[in-house]
Amino acid sequence: MKVPGAWYLAVAAVMFCIGAIGLLVRRNALIMFMCVELMLNAVNLTFVTFARMLDDIGGQVFVFFTLVVAAAEVVIGLALIVSIFRRRQGATADDVSLMRG
Amino acid sequence: MHAALSLVLTLFSVAVFFVLQGAHFLAAVQVIVYAGAIVILFLFVIMLLGIDKEDVLDEPLPAQRPLAIAVGVALFAGLLLFARILQPTGASADRGSATQGDVANVERVARSLFTDFLWPFEITSALLVIAVVGAIVLARRGGPGTSLDDDADVDLPVSENGSRPHVGAGSDEGPAAVLEYEA
Repeated sequence: MKVPGAWYLAVAAVMFCIGAIGLLVRRNALIMFMCVELMLNAVNLTFVTFARMLDDIGGQVFVFFTLVVAAAEVVIGLALIVSIFRRRQGATADDVSLMRG
Repeated sequence: MHAALSLVLTLFSVAVFFVLQGAHFLAAVQVIVYAGAIVILFLFVIMLLGIDKEDVLDEPLPAQRPLAIAVGVALFAGLLLFARILQPTGASADRGSATQGDVANVERVARSLFTDFLWPFEITSALLVIAVVGAIVLARRGGPGTSLDDDADVDLPVSENGSRPHVGAGSDEGPAAVLEYEA
């Protein structure tokens, strides 16, 4: 069973746009992180689809690097959110606009 | 909370897409790393902080929500437009085919990763180490560069250079607090 690559690209585009809209609309930092994860996954799906369409293994290797960077980003971001939460109640993105401790 | 569970479902679906396209190694990594580690980390933070109570609904920028939706729809339209205009082309694969041949997918990825992409792979390891160190520094009680006044519930003597004395692993502090942070 071979689904054409364009459908995977369409799904990836829809996922990316949902993530982008969520990132722009929501103000909770955790939800924004989840939207970033969704966008990263859409890009991963695009990479794998092009790796199949162009018949090149390099796309899949790049997805590996993207996964590692996403993991590191989530670790640091969640640590930041936890430390923000310790200091003040709530983690809306507007509260931390002052870059002060 | 529901968003996190739905994210798990979406990530599993993406893993299924990876399997359908022959990327078996990436599907396994996707399930293990994303659905198994990252989302669990999200759930830990959600339950630790207990923030699925209410959402802040007062908008300091009233035009933000429709503007954001408009930007998103415009982004989607732009993506479709580019997809109509541009066709993916590429040189013939000089670092190995992705699907064809009798070599397994894992072996292909590994062969490419440890030959062509060896230097980025090593940089990746350095990035992970830096992330771990940064998470430990951030997850310390009070965070870096803060005085002990923020820790109202611990009453500890401060040494002369302002660094925190050795704090034992208490009830609510992880092993990160055991580390001494020499400021």
